[in-house]
Amino acid sequence: MKDWPLWEVFVRARGGLDHRHAGSVHAPDADMALRHARDTYTRRMEGVSIWVVRSADIVASDPAKGEALFEPAASKIYRHPTFYELPEAVNHM
Amino acid sequence: MYTTELEKQPAPALVTIEDPERLAAFEARVAADEYIEPNDWMPEAYRRTLVRQISQHAHSEIVGMLPEANWLTRAPSLKRKAILLAKIQDEGGHGLYLYCAAETLGTSREEMIEALHAGRAKYSTIFNYPTLNWADIGAIGWLVDGAAIMNQVPLQRTSYGPYARAMVRICKEESFHQRQGYDLLLTMVNGTPAQRAMAQDALNRWWWPALMMFGPPDDNSPNSAQSMRWRIKRETNDELRQKFVDATVPQAELLGLTVPDPDLRWNEERGHYDFGSINWDEFYAVVRGEGPVARERMDARRAAWDNGAWVRDAAAAFEAKRASRKAA
Amino acid sequence: MQPNHIEALLEVADDSLVLGQRLCEWCGHAPTIEVDLSLSNLALDLIGQATLLLDYAGEREGQGRDADRLAFHRDAEAFRNSMLVEQPNGDFARTVMRHFLFAAYANPLFEALTSSPDARLAEIAAKSIKELRYHLEYATDWLERLGQGTEESHRRVAEAYDWHWRFVDDLFFDSEAWKSGAESGLWPLRAQLRPAFDETLNAGLARAGLAEPKPVWPIVGGRLGKHSEHLSSLLATMQVLPRAHPEATW
Repeated sequence: MKDWPLWEVFVRARGGLDHRHAGSVHAPDADMALRHARDTYTRRMEGVSIWVVRSADIVASDPAKGEALFEPAASKIYRHPTFYELPEAVNHM
Repeated sequence: MYTTELEKQPAPALVTIEDPERLAAFEARVAADEYIEPNDWMPEAYRRTLVRQISQHAHSEIVGMLPEANWLTRAPSLKRKAILLAKIQDEGGHGLYLYCAAETLGTSREEMIEALHAGRAKYSTIFNYPTLNWADIGAIGWLVDGAAIMNQVPLQRTSYGPYARAMVRICKEESFHQRQGYDLLLTMVNGTPAQRAMAQDALNRWWWPALMMFGPPDDNSPNSAQSMRWRIKRETNDELRQKFVDATVPQAELLGLTVPDPDLRWNEERGHYDFGSINWDEFYAVVRGEGPVARERMDARRAAWDNGAWVRDAAAAFEAKRASRKAA
Repeated sequence: MQPNHIEALLEVADDSLVLGQRLCEWCGHAPTIEVDLSLSNLALDLIGQATLLLDYAGEREGQGRDADRLAFHRDAEAFRNSMLVEQPNGDFARTVMRHFLFAAYANPLFEALTSSPDARLAEIAAKSIKELRYHLEYATDWLERLGQGTEESHRRVAEAYDWHWRFVDDLFFDSEAWKSGAESGLWPLRAQLRPAFDETLNAGLARAGLAEPKPVWPIVGGRLGKHSEHLSSLLATMQVLPRAHPEATW
């Protein structure tokens, strides 16, 4: 009587693009998860490739630790090209 | 639009004492138009309200497949059959997206479906009315989906991320639903006298239930203020209802159909249509599960779920065997 | 294309139409939402194929009948589908088995039609074969899960197989009209498709853990307009509005 496990669906919209999270489906196994993803998320030609992964297998960062994880990057402005002021003649570098 | 507050009095909720500091931080994030994501801290009342609202929305999509499917096998042309099937399939997809969004809040789809089948969960009152002729399919697209869009468009910016993203997808897909309904009726009013009569009959039966879809009047709508603050509701029931009437009456005129309300007239001063009073006794009876085909709808949903149990079990058992073979 | 070739074309079109109509009955009632969406996709493919094929048949006939005229204004006796596709949905196992048998037949057929000298027919087949390949994969996946799932699902799918097997010869029946088209090189005899079907069948049965078919007395007649009791009821539902309002457009 139990419902099937949940899978996360990632769809590549067209060649050259990354797979992006589209949503989820319930399915008994990986093969059927692909079929369900196809019938649910690519009915309007939204994709050329699908990935599915069991939702339970996703490992996520802890939002409560967001500050420690992501804010230290904010001060490393030298990682961005705009940090460097070059003479006009070579500024296209 | 399947999200209206349907409980006249909210169920006696467990009182949860929230950490005031976290609560204040949460409220500030929502007020700053930030999105709340599944693993973020949230007050229990927010979680409970969302599960109730999103699952009610999902149930409405799934139950809403039934009145339309009633005419699928009798669609009068191959084109109309394909359009209707694609549309009902979308409703199923929307139910699926919404259940998944609600599942991120920690309630399984199975639990939500059980709540529906046990009569503990509500769904939109509109689907407890029968579809009696082919023009009803047009009226559902035009009026019911039209009403739904008014409620769903603002929900694309609702505070809960997974719900907002589901609504974005739903709104994109729904854009053809109302148009196909109107197109269907346009063909019928330009057809034979019998077809015109069917179209008028459909409007007569669906008009008032469509207005009821927006829920009780604002002075009798509990939880509204909190839901507005939390951005899980963006406009009041009466505002949306007025917007719907204003948009729909000229569309009815274009069809040459008469809206079944003798009190309907344009109010120059307000810049809106005035309309007659809604039979709220009927509304609350339907909310209680006493709508004309409420029992039939629930019977059909329970039968589908119960008759499918052995299929779900079979696929799960197959995978369990395959996994244990792999492990061996 | 000779008049009897057009009739033979209806054999192909009506299979898709009637099976598509049957699948519509599942809408809103499938074992899970996901399966509901999948069955709807199968039905949409079939209705699309039927529309193309019927429109073409009507065009070649040249009497002003389009797909809708042919779908909604013919009596059961004029339908040329096989009896397999008109069988009631039954439980999910019967629906899966019916679809598997149909797809195992339709795949080699449409594959062959893609190289028909009739360009329009070849074009329709080229579009349809991609859909039908998916139908066969989908039905086979379910056949395997039901066959190897639980005791109950195995029993049900074995019963479904037993139910439908007697109609398989009807699927392959070579009517005089079909033979004439085959002689003109429009398509192969159905008998020639049978080895490919048998191969698919046996592979599917093996995956499902089902026994190979026992010979049974075949029930045939669909391609000649002699149907089971179910077709006329199916058509009564499907055709009710256009028949009640023959002058209306929808």
